[in-house]
Amino acid sequence: MEGVNSNIAFKPETLALIDRIINQFPQGRQKSAILRVLHLAEIEFDNWLSTDVMDYVARLLHIQPIEVYEVASFYSMYNLSPVGKVVLEVCQTGPCSIVGADRIISHIEKSLKIKKGETTSDGMFTLKTVECLGACGYGPMLQINEHYYENLTEDSVDELLSEMRKIHSNKNEN
Amino acid sequence: MGKKLLLDKIQIENLSSYQVYRQNGGYEAVEKALKKLTPDEVLEEVKKSGLRGRGGAGFPTGMKWSFIAKPEGVPRYLLCNADESEPGTFKDRFLMEKNPHLLIEGMILSSYALGCNTAYIYIRGEFMWIMHILEKAIAEAYANGWLGTNILGKGYNLDLYVSPGAGAYICGEETALIESLEGKRGNPRIKPPFPAVKGLWQCPTVVNNVETLAAVVPIINHGGEAYASVGIGRSTGTKLISACGNISKPGVYEIEMGISVEEFIYSDEYCGGIKDGKRIKACVPGGSSVPILPHYLITKTATGTERLMSYESLSEGGFASGSMLGSGGFIVYDEDQCIVRNTWNFTRFYHHESCGQCSPCREGTGWMEKVLHRIEYGHGQMRDIDLLWDVQKKIEGNTICPLGDAAAWPVASAIRHFREEFEWHINEPELCLKQNYGLVKEPAITV
Ligand SMILES: Cc1cc2nc3c(=O)[nH]c(=O)nc-3n(C[C@H](O)[C@H](O)[C@H](O)COP(=O)(O)O)c2cc1C
Ligand code: SF4
Ligand code: FES
Repeated sequence: MEGVNSNIAFKPETLALIDRIINQFPQGRQKSAILRVLHLAEIEFDNWLSTDVMDYVARLLHIQPIEVYEVASFYSMYNLSPVGKVVLEVCQTGPCSIVGADRIISHIEKSLKIKKGETTSDGMFTLKTVECLGACGYGPMLQINEHYYENLTEDSVDELLSEMRKIHSNKNEN
Repeated sequence: MGKKLLLDKIQIENLSSYQVYRQNGGYEAVEKALKKLTPDEVLEEVKKSGLRGRGGAGFPTGMKWSFIAKPEGVPRYLLCNADESEPGTFKDRFLMEKNPHLLIEGMILSSYALGCNTAYIYIRGEFMWIMHILEKAIAEAYANGWLGTNILGKGYNLDLYVSPGAGAYICGEETALIESLEGKRGNPRIKPPFPAVKGLWQCPTVVNNVETLAAVVPIINHGGEAYASVGIGRSTGTKLISACGNISKPGVYEIEMGISVEEFIYSDEYCGGIKDGKRIKACVPGGSSVPILPHYLITKTATGTERLMSYESLSEGGFASGSMLGSGGFIVYDEDQCIVRNTWNFTRFYHHESCGQCSPCREGTGWMEKVLHRIEYGHGQMRDIDLLWDVQKKIEGNTICPLGDAAAWPVASAIRHFREEFEWHINEPELCLKQNYGLVKEPAITV
C-alpha cells in the first residue's frame, strides 16, 4: 500500500525492522518510532531527508507530514539538504577545543578547500562542526556515520581522508 | 586503590558478552531480588544506600522512586537517560560499551521495585554503535530468561527497548527526553505535573541516569548499608568521573567519594597530573554547566580546607567560591588556556542547544554569545562585562527548564573569578589575539 505513488521505498528488510521498532511501543504510539526511522531513511536515501522521503515516512507511520517536518528540523543530526558521500562531523565544543579541535578543523578546511558547512565540488566530503559527542577525553575527534575517530592529529586526518576517498570512489565503480 | 563497584570487573575480557558477565556473578542481584525481596524491599535497600542521581542533580534515588504514582490499571515506565551530552561527560558511554549487562541488570531491579513492565533506554543518536551493543545484550538477556514474561518463574514481566535521539542536548532534560521518546521535538514540559505522576504518554514515569541504574546492582548484591559505608557523609558510594582537558591521562575513573581533588588530579592512578608539566589554571569539575574554579580554589576551599571529590565539598562556599559535582565531567585547563574563549565556546553551545521556548534562554544565550565573541576577538568594551553579568542574571531562574541556569552559571563564574582576564582582553585588544593571559592572581582575602 505504502509508497505506491512514489519510487521511494525502504528495502523489505528495513520495512521488517521498522515493524519491529513500531511494536516496541504501545498500540497507537507508533509515532515514537519516528527518530529511528528517520535515521534509517538517511542511511537508505543518500544521507539526507528530502520532502518526498519525509512524506513517505509520514505515510509509513500514519502521521501527518508536518509532524515529520517538525521533528526533522529540530534535531541536528538530520540533513535537510543534500550532502557529500562522506560527512565529517567534527566536535568543536570546549573540551575538544582546548586539546586542538580548532587546529583540526582548519586543517580539514585547507586540505579539502571548503569551509564549515560546505561540500567539496566532487561531492565527496561535507564538513560539519558539531557540539560535544561524548568523547571529550579522546579529543580532537570526529564522527563519520556510526564511527568515532578519536585522538586526531593532522596526520591521522590526512590518512582518514585518503582512506575515505578510496573506499567511496571504489563504490562508484561497482 | 579505591573501592570499585561499577568498574571492578571492567578488565575482564569480553565482559560485554552474556556468558562472561554471568560467569562473573552477573544477574545474581536479579535472582536475589526476585526470589527473596519484595519490590518495596528493593526500594528500601536503595533508600538505605543513600544513592543520589548520577545525571547531574544528585537527587536521592530512593526518594524519587517513592514519588511514583500508582493509579490502578495505568502502566508505569522506567526510562534510562543515556543522552549523555553535557560537555566533559563521557562516563555512561564507557559503562554501556564495556558492560552493557550491568545497565540491563540495574534496569530489571529498578523496574521491579517501581512496578514497571516496560522500560526504555533513550540514547543519544550519535551513540548508534552503542545502541547496537545494547540491543545485542538485551537479546541475550531475553534469550536467557532475564527479560520477557514470567522472569525466573516469579510472575514478573518486563520488556526493555532502546530508542535513539538525533542530536539535541536538551533531550537529556527529563521532560524533553519524554517528549522526544513520544516522537516529538524535544521541548521541555512545564512542571508540575512531574513525570512521576504524568510522564511518558501521560503515565507515571521515572527517569534515571545510566550510572544511577547500574549502581542498583551492587546495592542489591551487597545491601544498601554496605553501599552507604563507602564514600563520605551524604555522598555515598562510588562515582564515575570522566576526566578530560590538559591532563596526562584523560579517561573514565571510578572513585570512592571523598578522595581529595589533589589526589584525583595528580596521582598516577587517576589523571596523572597536568600534561607537559604545566601549571593548572582552572577546573570545571562537573560538566560544562557547573561553575568554573580558578587554580587557587580547586584543591582547597576558600576557608583553606582540603577540597574533596564529593557533592558537599565541591559545592562548599556556594557559588562565591565553590562549584558542583554535577555529572562528573571533570575538565582541567592548563595555564595556556583562555577563559574568555572557553566561556564564549560554552555559551555558543548553550545558544545552539536552547530549544527556544523561553525568551530569556533563547535570546539571552544568543546575546551572551555575541558579546563574548567580541570580547574574545578584541572588540569588547568595559561595559560589556557588566552587560554579560546582567544578562546571565536575567536568565537564571526565569526559564521552563534548567538549561537556562546551565547557560548562566559558566558565564557568572568566569566573570566572578577571572574578571581581570576579561578586562585585559578589553584593554589589550591586539595582545589578546596573540597570547593568553596566564593565571589570575589569588585575591588577598577570599570569602
Ligand atoms: C539541559 C539538561 C540536560 C541534561 N542532560 C542529561 C544527560 O545527558 N544525562 C542525564 O542522565 N541527565 C541529564 N540531565 C538531568 C535529567 O534531567 C534528570 O535529572 C536525570 O536524568 C535524572 O536521573 P538521576 O536522578 O538518575 O540523575 C539534564 C538536565 C538538563 C536540564
Ligand atoms: S530554558 Fe531554554 S532549553 Fe529550557 S525550555 Fe526554556 S528555552 Fe528551552
Ligand atoms: S567536547 Fe568534543 S566530544 Fe565532548
